[in-house]
Formats: sequence, structure tokens, C-alpha cells
Amino acid sequence: MALPWIILLTPLLSAAFITLFTQRLRNFSAMISVAACLVSFVGVCVLHFWPNGSPTAAMGWLDLGPVFSVSIGFTVDRLSKAMLFVVTGVGLLIHIYSLGYMEDDAGKSRYFAGLSLFMFSMIGIVFADNFVMMFIFWELVGVSSYILIGHWFDKPAPPAAANKAFITNRIGDFGFMLGILMLWVSTGTVYFTGLKSAVPALAGNPGFLAVATVLVFCGAVGKSAQFPLHVWLPDAMEGPTPVSALIHAATMVAAGVYMLSRVYFLVAASPAAQAVIGAIGITTAVGAALMATQQNDIKRILAYSTLSQLGYMICAAGIAPNGPAMYHLFTHAFFKALLFLGAGAVIYGTHHEQDIWKMGGLKNRLPSTFLTFLVGTLALTGCPGLSGFFSKDAIISAAREGGHPFIFALALATAFLTSFYMFRLMVVVFWGHTRTEHARDGHQPPAVMTIPLWILAIASIIAGYGFFAGRFLTLPKEHMDMGVASLSILVFLAGGGLAWYFYNGRDSDPIVIPLLANRFYLDELYHTLIALTQDLAASLSATFDRWILDGAIVRGLSSAAWITGFVLRFLQLGNLQAYAFLFGGGFVILIYYFLFSKP
Amino acid sequence: MLLFLILIPILAAAAILLGAPARCTANGAARINLLLTLLALVRYHCAQGGYQETLSFAILPEWHLQFFLGVDGLSLVMLLLTALVTVAALWVAPPVQGNERAYFASLLFISAGAIGAFASLDLFFFYAFHELALIPTFLLIGIWGSGDRQAAAWKITVYLAMGSFILLLGLVGLYLSFPVDHRTFDITVLQQQAALVNPGSRNAIYLTLLAGFGILISLFPFHTWAPTAYASAPTPAAMLHAGVLKKFGLYGLLRVALPLLPDSARHYSGLLLVLLVGNIIYVGLATIGQKRLDMMLGYSSVMHMGYIFLGIASFNIIGTTGAALLMFAHGLSIAALFAIAGQVRERTGTLTFTELGGLAKPMPVLGFIFGLAAFASIGLPGFANFASEILVFFGAFKNGTASPFSYTQIATLLALWGLVISAVYMLRGYRAVFHGEIDERWTGLKDITTLRWPVILLLAVLMLGGFFPGIFVHLLKPVVAELFHP
Repeated sequence: MALPWIILLTPLLSAAFITLFTQRLRNFSAMISVAACLVSFVGVCVLHFWPNGSPTAAMGWLDLGPVFSVSIGFTVDRLSKAMLFVVTGVGLLIHIYSLGYMEDDAGKSRYFAGLSLFMFSMIGIVFADNFVMMFIFWELVGVSSYILIGHWFDKPAPPAAANKAFITNRIGDFGFMLGILMLWVSTGTVYFTGLKSAVPALAGNPGFLAVATVLVFCGAVGKSAQFPLHVWLPDAMEGPTPVSALIHAATMVAAGVYMLSRVYFLVAASPAAQAVIGAIGITTAVGAALMATQQNDIKRILAYSTLSQLGYMICAAGIAPNGPAMYHLFTHAFFKALLFLGAGAVIYGTHHEQDIWKMGGLKNRLPSTFLTFLVGTLALTGCPGLSGFFSKDAIISAAREGGHPFIFALALATAFLTSFYMFRLMVVVFWGHTRTEHARDGHQPPAVMTIPLWILAIASIIAGYGFFAGRFLTLPKEHMDMGVASLSILVFLAGGGLAWYFYNGRDSDPIVIPLLANRFYLDELYHTLIALTQDLAASLSATFDRWILDGAIVRGLSSAAWITGFVLRFLQLGNLQAYAFLFGGGFVILIYYFLFSKP
Repeated sequence: MLLFLILIPILAAAAILLGAPARCTANGAARINLLLTLLALVRYHCAQGGYQETLSFAILPEWHLQFFLGVDGLSLVMLLLTALVTVAALWVAPPVQGNERAYFASLLFISAGAIGAFASLDLFFFYAFHELALIPTFLLIGIWGSGDRQAAAWKITVYLAMGSFILLLGLVGLYLSFPVDHRTFDITVLQQQAALVNPGSRNAIYLTLLAGFGILISLFPFHTWAPTAYASAPTPAAMLHAGVLKKFGLYGLLRVALPLLPDSARHYSGLLLVLLVGNIIYVGLATIGQKRLDMMLGYSSVMHMGYIFLGIASFNIIGTTGAALLMFAHGLSIAALFAIAGQVRERTGTLTFTELGGLAKPMPVLGFIFGLAAFASIGLPGFANFASEILVFFGAFKNGTASPFSYTQIATLLALWGLVISAVYMLRGYRAVFHGEIDERWTGLKDITTLRWPVILLLAVLMLGGFFPGIFVHLLKPVVAELFHP
């Protein structure tokens, strides 16, 4: 019965142990962290064979009796098992990969402690059986993400990106907490099982339910980087590449999708909330894919791709609750982690070059990276037979069957754009001739980095099939819609072909669309907005406080009071003892009053 | 036991003034007090509840005035806060310019005054002990402060003298509002006969008490004394005042105003809601606008008072327990932050954001513990602040159906937005001081060594309360429950 506790706490112990004792023993710290992740992964594999709904002793956390009590409890069901497999499995591979990628980093201990803290927090989200516990770990993944994005804190950009990520997430969490409070006030519970049985009562007030659900969804908008809070994710690429793979592609950013799947019953009961979630999801999917077509940094292209794929998942969670969203999350985790780790291998092999236009021709210099990256690309773009094809089709079919023609069309357009920008990346980086010195001495990464790539490549191929995914998830349906399948094969070929036509043999981008390259100017817009509202309000209130409230009003009022006149005179004498005496004097008068006046 | 807690710092202060070695006597007294406080915690029978360890000497029987000490769960938690912050504050005290004896004696007097106020069950001594603690605070700022210390000392003196005076009027009014044969200073008796307060004067007395306590707590708009005072106060004085002494006002609200005047408190809850939103949003924005670490911390401490007020304005067991726990948590976290800011100032001589940056490179440990204290202060899970804020939010939000939102719920919504504001200023401050590229002047700075331990002590207790808030809730809940089901 203690197994879930072991899975949850081992990474926490690892993080604490590294922080307290092995800061200086960098390789030892790394080994502890990898070992802790291995323990959790093995635990998850064992847990997989437990019956669903197995009880585990919960720990009371805040207990005020019947009015309010929250515990740290565990949900063991199909959903949590699947997510745990992804989190610990991909997590383990990325821990191992990090041994190579971060080998000579001065902050290696800090890095691995951060990874362990992240594993603890993420496992906590997955296990959570109530909203408050989920919120606790939700905030903690935010912290670990902050720490890891800002790992290279002595440069200017990473700390700025870390702050942006944390604060943007807190904006989402503002809505999340408000939604939790609303649901709690109306149902008296924060537990998922209790909320599920309260849904019929809640549905009696559809407006209330829609508002509460959309507010809860705000948490997912922040964590899963959906429009309009998506701006932090591309900047988060300032963190080390394995972190981008694990946290900002495969697992943490998918937490919003997981959360929506956990409370699908709320979404299912509110058509208005479904419409909002679907619209936000598909907007993000198309918008991010458009932006991805004009980026030149290999990690940023993948970051926009992640945004776009998360948009698919969120949209699916909205239009088809408890449907294909988790399926796509599952397959995406493997191929996107693969692509990021592949990008990491490219960056590692070209002396930390990230601009795709300074690479080129790497397929001969980094053959195994090239092959695995190709598998990842094919899986992401929906090449028939690979995992992404099945899960993406499930979403597009769901849009069609749910009667959402707009979403259906936009989802297909996104698939086309995905194919286009990914093959643009492939062609520019791996084909053509090498464009710089760095690319010319491209070298293969060590085995600790290539072995995880191959494992993930295999997973990216098979993760969509029933014999693999079916062990973890309830797949949407056995027979695919042939019409939808042929359409998506068509857009896959069109996107890839067009990219080949435009980019093969080019040394610079023949298409320049400033609007897309500059991310629709949203960052600039937000920057201006923040400067106009928050920063202005901040400096206004600081100034008002100092010069008006404190300076004029309070001093004006106080000098009007006769008692102040006394104090001022003492002050002018500069005599501190005098006003201490004044104070004591007042006190003596008081005692005198009580002692000698008659009642 | 309680008498020892008060007498040890006073006797130590006397010994220091008479010639005992200042620093080690003071540190010794503080640590003995911490052990005694822990002993008192262990000896307290939670199951039995109520006031224990009582001790009284009659002073003026015909006035029902007595020296009356006793503790319940709430006062024990406040005593623990006092003992912990005192140990940390004396430990980190930098080398003193000038009269070292008076400096340490003043610090010990602040501690003794706070302990006395939290352990007194007699209204008169409850007030008097707080006054005892205020005077050395003024002296510390005026004599050993930095920057424009005379102006800061002047401002805090005028303000707090005014606050204390208004409070005194309120307390005297309260005393007189009981029928003649029921007049007493005994808080336990007063609580039993709360129904006897003259209904005609209840509201006026409550407002006077709220204004008096409010000024002492830096309730908006009476807060402007706090940031400047903390910025120029010597580090240990800022830690003791922001961490401990400021909680006296909140403690007074919970101990005196709410139990004795519950109806008036509800009557004026709208006013309190407006003011506390001022604390959270207006002061929060002003915090973002600060350009120096010490001013930012001072403002942030004012802002966080809003959350405690929100818990008090919930008028239920959840929110009020949260408020009480947050008093404890905030006291520890702000003391830790001031201690670290003091360490930075000692090394660099400045706390202006534009001059600093990248300090985590030469001082990784200092940067790390500042990070922890900052995370605690902005209410991240793992620290007691988070558990208390959760209780405050749930408690406050319970006032209404949420369709549409009640006034308390709107205040809760704004307070939740305050979490975004506090993340903005705290992370900006952290980044400005510890992250980014480093100025050449700072590359050779020495990291914190043994002085890390007092800060780690405070943080460890905060984490204990974050992981197992039940330990403290267990003590606080019965006291709070009394308020709502007398």
C-alpha cells in the first residue's frame, strides 16, 4: 500500500539530499537523481498491475474538521497510470541524457536537484485526488520550472525568461484558484469524486458551472501555455535543452490537458465551457503553427510546435471530453521529447549553435541524430503508420463527428502547417551544404545521449498502436475514418512537398513574413500593456504613497495636531531621550489616572 | 514559567547594562528563552484547552487590576514566534557602532515586551508591555539606524504614539462600557461577560480599537510609517518589529476586539474589506514601484497584513485560523528576508536594485536562502505561508454563494490577484539582486558562513508548518472556535 508514497517521495528525498549534502560532489548528485527517477519508474511499472481504485493511506494535511479538510491522497486509475508512465518513463530517459548534456556544467548538482524536485511535483499532480492537492503540486512544478529555466542565472536572458514563466503561470493560477473556490462554495468539496457526484446539482445553474469551469481551465491556459498566456513558453527555451524536452514539451505543459481530463465531467456538463476551451485550443494550434513557420532558432521552432500541439490537445479536451486529448498527449510526449533531445544533440554537436541557417548538411555528420530526428518529424507531422498520425486523426475525426466544421478545417490547416515547418527545419538543418565552421566540425554525441534518442524513436513509432497505447488508455475507436485519414495524408504530403520546394538548397529564408516572425507582435503588445497599466500604476502608487499620502496628508494632519507640536519641538532639539520620555510620560499619566481618580 | 520568559530578557538586559558581555549574554538569554518556550509548548494540554500556566498577583483589587499571565494555543504560537525571531535577530546583529550595551539591552527589551504582551491576560499589562517594547524600537532606529534615521524615527514615533493613544482610548472606553460592578481588566472574565458591553457605545469602541490596532499593524492608509522605518532600522530591530511586534495589533484584534465586540466587528466588516484591499492592491502596486530591496521588503510586509485582515474579516473558523497561522508564518518569513537583506547591505553598502545584480555567483548560499525566503513570502507550497493563505482564501470565500459574488468574495478575488502582484515584485527583486550579470565590484564578495543558521532555523520552522500545518492548526483551532461558538 506504500507504493504510491515511494513513487512520490523518492524524488523529493533525492532533491533534498542533493541540496543538503552533495552540492560539491557533482557526479554523485547526478547519480542520486537518476537512481531516484529509476525507483519511481519501476514503482510506476509495478503500480500498472494494481487494480484501479486501489486505496492508499492518505495523509491529512489541513484538517479543520467537517468544515474544511484537505489531505494528500492518491488516485490510482487508468488515467493516472498512463500519465505516470509518460512522466517517469520520458523523465528517466531525459535524466540519463542529461548525464551527457550537462556533464561539465558547474551547476550540475543544482540542475539534478531541480529535475528531482520537478519529478516529485509532477507525480504529485498526477496522483492528486483533490483540487487543493493538485494546486499545491501545480505551484511546485511552477517553482521547479522557474529554477530550471533560470539555471544559467548569471546570464541576462534566462532569469528574465524564468520570471516571465512564473508570473504568467500565476495569472493562470489566479483563475484556477477562483474556480476551485467557486466549486467548493457551491458543492462543499474539493475532492474529484465528490465533485463528480455533485455535477447534476451544478448543472442546474449552467451559467455558474460555465464560469467556474472556464476559471478552472485558466489554470490549464497558464500551465499548458494556451493563447493568450502562451508567451512564456518560447522564452522558456533559455533553459537547458533536456529541461525543454522534459518540462516544456513532454510533461509539465501537458499538465493542463491532464487536469482537464481529470475533471472531464465538469467540461462535459457545460456546453458553454466546451465552446470556450475548444476555441482557445484551436486558436493556439493555428496561431502557433503560423509563428513556427518563420522562426530560425531550432529550439524555438520546436517550442512553437509544442504550443500548437498543446492547442490540439486542449481543443480535444474541450470538444470531446474524456476523448482523444490524452491519446495525443501520450504520443506527443515521446516524439516531442525525441525532437528536443535531437535538437539538443545537434546543438551539442555544433558548439552550441541554435540558428538553423548556420547549420546545414548535418545528415552525414550526425547520422544517428539525423535518423532519430527524422522519425520524430515523421511522427509529429502525421506520416501514416507513426504514432502522431493516429492520435492527430483521432482529434480531427472528433471535430468532424462533434459537428465543429470550423475546428475541423483549422485542425487540418494546422496539420498542413506542421508538416511545412518541420520539413523546413529538416531540410535547412540536415540537407544542403554546411554553412558555418561549427556545422563543419559537427560531431556525434556520446552514447548516454544517443541511446535515449533511439529508445524514444522506437516509442514514437509504436506509441500510437493499440498494443502499446491500448495498455494505458482507452483509445477512441478501432476503425479510423478513411475520409479524414486521406485528407490528413494529403495535407502531410502537401506541407512536406512545399517545404522541400521552397527550402531545398537555400542559404537564407526565401519567405519573409514579419508579422509571423515577430509572433504577431504579441510580446510587444503585452510589454506595452504592462508598462501602461501595471508599471504605471506601480510607480504612481509608489509616488503617491511617498509624496501625497505620507508627505502631504499625513504630515499635514499630524502637524495640525497639537500633540505633534510637542514632539516636533523635541525633534528639533534632536533629543531622542526626550521623546522616549514623552512616551513614558504619557504612560505615567495614564497610571496616575487609574490609580488616583475615583470611578 | 511565563514569568521566567519575561524576566530572563529583562534580567539579561540589566546584566548587560551593568557590565556583562553584551553579545553573548543577549544570545544566551534568547536561546534559553527559546528552549523554555518549547518546554511550555510541550507542557500545554491541548485536550484540556483554555488558559494554562496561569499566574496572578493582585495589584489593585478594588479596580480588579492584577498582574495576570496565562497562555492558550494562540498565545503559545505567538510566543514561539517571538522566541524564534529573537534568537535569529540577536544572532545576526552586526558589529555595533557606539554603545553596544544599550543596543543589545534595547533588543532584549523589545523581546520581553512582546512576550509580556502575548502572555498577559490582563488588559492593562497587555497594553503596557507593548509600550515597553515600542520605546526601545524608537531608540534603535533613532540612534543606530541608517539613512535618514532621525526622520524615520520621528515618523514611527508620531505614528505609533498616536496609534497607541487611540488604542488606549479604546481600551479605556471598553473598560468603562461595562456596568460598574462588572468592570475588570481580566481578559478571561471580560470574554465571559462580553454580552454586558453597553450596546450604545459598542460600535464607537470597536472603531477606536480598529483604528488604534490598525495603525500599529500598518493598515491602509495608516501604513506609511512602516517601510521607511524598516528601511532605516538596524537589521535586528526591523526583524523584531516587522516579525513580532507588529503582530501585537492583530493579536489584540483576535484576543480583545473580536471576542468582546463581535457584532460591531461584523457591522464594520465592509470598512475593513475596503481597507484590506487597499493593503493588498494599492500597497502591492507601490511595492512593485520600489527601487531598493529594503523598501520593497518593508512595503511587502505591509501588503501581507491585508491577507491577515482578510482572514479576520471572514468571521469563520477557517479564515480566522488561517489569519492566526499567517501571523506566525509572515513573522518568520519577513524576519528571514530582513536578515538576508542586512547581510547584503553589510557586504555591498547598498540595496539599490540598479547597483546590484548577479550576487548569487559569489554568494550561492545567500542567494539560495533568499530564494527560499522569497518563495515562502509569496506563498508557495512547502511553507506555512501557503497553508495559511489557503485557509484565508477558503474562509473568506465561504461568505456568500458566488452567484453573484458577495463583497467578501470580491475582496478575496482581489486578494488572489495580489498573489500575482507579490510574485512580480519578489521575483523582480530577487533577479535584480542575485541574478543576471555581475558588476565587477561584487565579484570578490564572501558568502554567508555561520550566520546562515539563524535564517535556516526560521526557514526550517516555516517548512515544518508548510508540510505539517496540523501541528499549529491543532493549537490555534480551539482558540478560534471559541470566538464563533462561545
